[in-house]
Amino acid sequence: MDPRRAPRTVSDPKVRKVGFFTDPPDRSLPGPPNHPISSFPTSPPSTVDNSPPSAGNSLSPVMIPPPRHSSSILSPLRRDPPEFFPLPASPTASTTFSDDVASTMKGRGVAAASSSLPGGLLFDIAASSVPASGLTTVSVVNNLPIEKGGGVAVEMQDDQSSRSKSLKEKTTKAERRALQEAQRAAKATAKAEDGKTPAAASGAAASVKSGKSVKPPPSQKNDSAALAALEKKAGDRPPEKDRKKEVPQPRMQFDDKSRVEKAKRRAVVKQTEARNRVELFRHLPQYERGTQRTELQSKFFELDPVHPAVYKVGLQYLYGDICGSNARCIAMLQAFQEAIKDYSTPSEKTLARDLTAKIGSYLSFLIECRPLSISMGNAIRFLKNRIAKLPLTLSELEAKATLRSDIDRFINEKIILADKVIVKHAVTKISDGDVLLTYGSPSAVEMVLLHAHELGKQFRVVVVDSRPKLEGQLLLHRLVGKGINCTYTHVNAISYIMHEVTRVFLGASSVLSNGTVYSKVGTACVAMVAHAFRVPVLVCCEAYKFHERVQLDSLCSNELGDPDVISKIHGREDINFLDGSTNSENLQLLNLIYDATPSDYISMIITDYGMVPPTSVPVIVRDYRREHLWI
Amino acid sequence: MDFQVVVLAGGTSKNLLPLVSKEVPKALLPVANRPVLSYVLEQLELSNLKDLIVVVEGEDAAIHVGGWISNAYVDRLHVEVAAVHEEVGTAGALRAIAHHLTANDILVVSGDLVFDVPPGALAAAHRKHNAVVTTMLCPAPVSGPTESGSSGGKDKIKKPRRYNIIGLDPSKQFLLHIGTGAEVEKDIRIQKSILRAVGQMEIRADLMDAHMYAFKRSVLQEVLDEKDEFQSLKEDVLPYLVRSQLKSEVLFSGVPQTEENGNEKVSSQNNQAVVSRIMANASTPSFHELSSGYNGSTHVRRIHKCCAYIASESRYCQRLNSIQAFSDINRDVIGDASHLSGYSFSAHNNIIHPSAQLGTRTTVGPHCMLWEGSQMGDKCSVKRSVIGRHCRIGSNVKVVNSVVMNHVTIGDGCSIHGSVICSNAQLQERAVLKDCQVGAGFVVTAGSEHKGESLARK
Repeated sequence: MDPRRAPRTVSDPKVRKVGFFTDPPDRSLPGPPNHPISSFPTSPPSTVDNSPPSAGNSLSPVMIPPPRHSSSILSPLRRDPPEFFPLPASPTASTTFSDDVASTMKGRGVAAASSSLPGGLLFDIAASSVPASGLTTVSVVNNLPIEKGGGVAVEMQDDQSSRSKSLKEKTTKAERRALQEAQRAAKATAKAEDGKTPAAASGAAASVKSGKSVKPPPSQKNDSAALAALEKKAGDRPPEKDRKKEVPQPRMQFDDKSRVEKAKRRAVVKQTEARNRVELFRHLPQYERGTQRTELQSKFFELDPVHPAVYKVGLQYLYGDICGSNARCIAMLQAFQEAIKDYSTPSEKTLARDLTAKIGSYLSFLIECRPLSISMGNAIRFLKNRIAKLPLTLSELEAKATLRSDIDRFINEKIILADKVIVKHAVTKISDGDVLLTYGSPSAVEMVLLHAHELGKQFRVVVVDSRPKLEGQLLLHRLVGKGINCTYTHVNAISYIMHEVTRVFLGASSVLSNGTVYSKVGTACVAMVAHAFRVPVLVCCEAYKFHERVQLDSLCSNELGDPDVISKIHGREDINFLDGSTNSENLQLLNLIYDATPSDYISMIITDYGMVPPTSVPVIVRDYRREHLWI
Repeated sequence: MDFQVVVLAGGTSKNLLPLVSKEVPKALLPVANRPVLSYVLEQLELSNLKDLIVVVEGEDAAIHVGGWISNAYVDRLHVEVAAVHEEVGTAGALRAIAHHLTANDILVVSGDLVFDVPPGALAAAHRKHNAVVTTMLCPAPVSGPTESGSSGGKDKIKKPRRYNIIGLDPSKQFLLHIGTGAEVEKDIRIQKSILRAVGQMEIRADLMDAHMYAFKRSVLQEVLDEKDEFQSLKEDVLPYLVRSQLKSEVLFSGVPQTEENGNEKVSSQNNQAVVSRIMANASTPSFHELSSGYNGSTHVRRIHKCCAYIASESRYCQRLNSIQAFSDINRDVIGDASHLSGYSFSAHNNIIHPSAQLGTRTTVGPHCMLWEGSQMGDKCSVKRSVIGRHCRIGSNVKVVNSVVMNHVTIGDGCSIHGSVICSNAQLQERAVLKDCQVGAGFVVTAGSEHKGESLARK
């Protein structure tokens, strides 16, 4: 479904209502939240300011529109989102940093070697019935660790840039000075790169000192670019001169041959790109799952810098053992927690720097397994921020303990408590006799349903599911196990089943600041059908998943899944008609993971800040950002 | 990656008796003129596993193996050699060195394995499922010479041996049943509870347990401690773990997470529960979880997972545990699986050391190896054979499908088919050997004919 269809863009501002607009009176939602929503301003749109990027108020790529422009939110294209001003690839100091990292790794390797079994152990231990044996060291290695510092450097820079920004805001004088030095350093590095001399080290040192904002290389994978963009915004608005630099790089476009080549060289795991890809989605990464998996597995012992816990999580992402953005985020954070526990700062390094680099390398590994979700991006941003903000006086142990408890707090406050609040809010929307529809297996919605059932409400649930994952079946299993009346159907039958539904509860992978809900593919379809049938659509989404990005369609940023799973049906060899033709040139398989639901079809977003209309998302994004960083 | 590697190099195996001796334990048997252990060690080195524990049965053997490793791998590997008593079995050997094991997971590799399957794949499968044990399965080798049907003149057709009966779940990730060795010929007993939980079991007879395992250390040590009678990993420990996977008796000492945060204990535990529920709901459950949870039963059944990693057909993987396997592996390493040997082959697909001397009208066919200092007389022919160092071979000698180790003297007019001749043996003139094994230092008298015999000094 194309969200850029006419009816949306030409919606008459007088007719267009925001929030709940249920026509049949018997279906209107009871409860207070109607009132604040109905009072939301719906003034006609004035001419949208089409100001160039240099205009003062367009500094932030995502504008919180003044109330009189409320409907102009629908046309964010004209608001110069930063993605539309790609910068030329700027020379970066990445090579110089990798040297640093390499030496780190070497240090680690040696430490690992020395911590192995002490040679020549001759214990006399009576182990059960068998006589103990001694070990004799017969040969000793000179450990030659293999290091891969490529991806690491980038993250370090990201961190620096975000740190540097906070420096810059202090005084205008310091700011100007920093800028000057940054330019100088940039020139130096450019020269160094031109001459292909390894003397860039000095340039690097300069860049560290001056705290200039180094842009990440453009070829970093999708989400880390987005991440970088996030981090850029960490500080308040940068001065006008810096603004051009602050524009985040466009995401990695996988149809750009040269950049893909560059990224490949840096990759930890060699991946073969799938051949028959759909033309429209060439810009998204897609790999041959089979080769990717075997490659990753056989590299198991060679991926030395990756912590085992992180590795395990990555593998689970790759195989789809963990899905759902909450679960993925929690799994990642817990893995990082483990990694931080086992982390020790090498000598001549500071914890903040080195740990950030380490996390960065883990992250690039995870991205290779599966692109990050937006929720994960936000969580990482939080973590990096915490690392950067660690007081220097803390000892390593304390710092690690602080970070781990910070992660715990993030999980508890931003996910679990948020879910509890969402449940509390959403339950008020369920009344006796309701027929609730949900799609897929959203964790928040499941909690809502279970809680409502515990409260003794009488309702029925329609679980709508879709191939290939059929997550809904698991949800169904659990709901039926709790004694809730359920109906199970596939998304094909959505228009039929919608007749009897009174509420639609959906989950979301992210909510973008134009109110677009970015969620499992098929969600848009469900929401639109519900809208057509005048059934209110409620989206349950924790606020940590909100993102300031604006997205109008689901094309430019999405994720491609394994195309094999849609062409093959597990356990049904008799109907695998496509077996022979998957390699044919004429056949292109498309397995999209996400889609974007336009805000028009969303009646309400239930978040930990309360129940809000989709138009209020930017407010939360703006307020939340700050609080989020200082959590 | 928190793995410790234990190589079980064995001692002087009875199966290989004329070939092995006090001086040449099983681990040092030459495969294409390299000790068999070197194949394992190099494969591990390729995977960046450089801290190894090599367990050898018997003190003497340990000294020999240790001496060889220290010569060959100085500066490359960090190897510790442990000697255990003979006849303790594989489980006993691990029991003896259990106190040296510290990592979370232990990779146990048999020292007689010639393979090119990356061990990382096994370890990854192990980690991914958080399994108690993961075993590598490989396609069972077809024994006997493959293409020598006409030249060898084989009179009995060999049936492909059945090594294991293996039950797998439909996704081919979990091990549901394993029958080994002697059990193969009997009826198979499969546990109902497992079958009920899985719903469908695939029974394979064409797979072989390659004797490469990843164990969770805590579990392995516990099993070894509690079950004193367990002798062999393959026949006791592994079947035990597979059998009890739905009613686990092992205590997971590592599993209960230690919660250090003293503050707000109750709420944090509550949150922990929520987190674990979210995680559980998000992941696709294996049959273990499906059978244990959801039924509304209050007591949670204790389960553990036994996984299998199936090596692909294209990989080479074989164990040197019989004389037949010894000649098969020798043949393969210089033939089909020549990438394993690490030598570069000549244009004729063979290796002739520059210092080897060939007489006139002597032919060395493809898939042959003639090592340094060996001399051959006139009119000899060598096919698909390995000849070691400093052998003296007279004129008119035929060597087909055989392995000749070092310092062997072969008189004129001998004919050697499908045999193994150990170091320092002597074959006098016109000896005819077919499918024989000649022990070290044995002298075969002139003109004698032997067929299918094992000749060794008493």
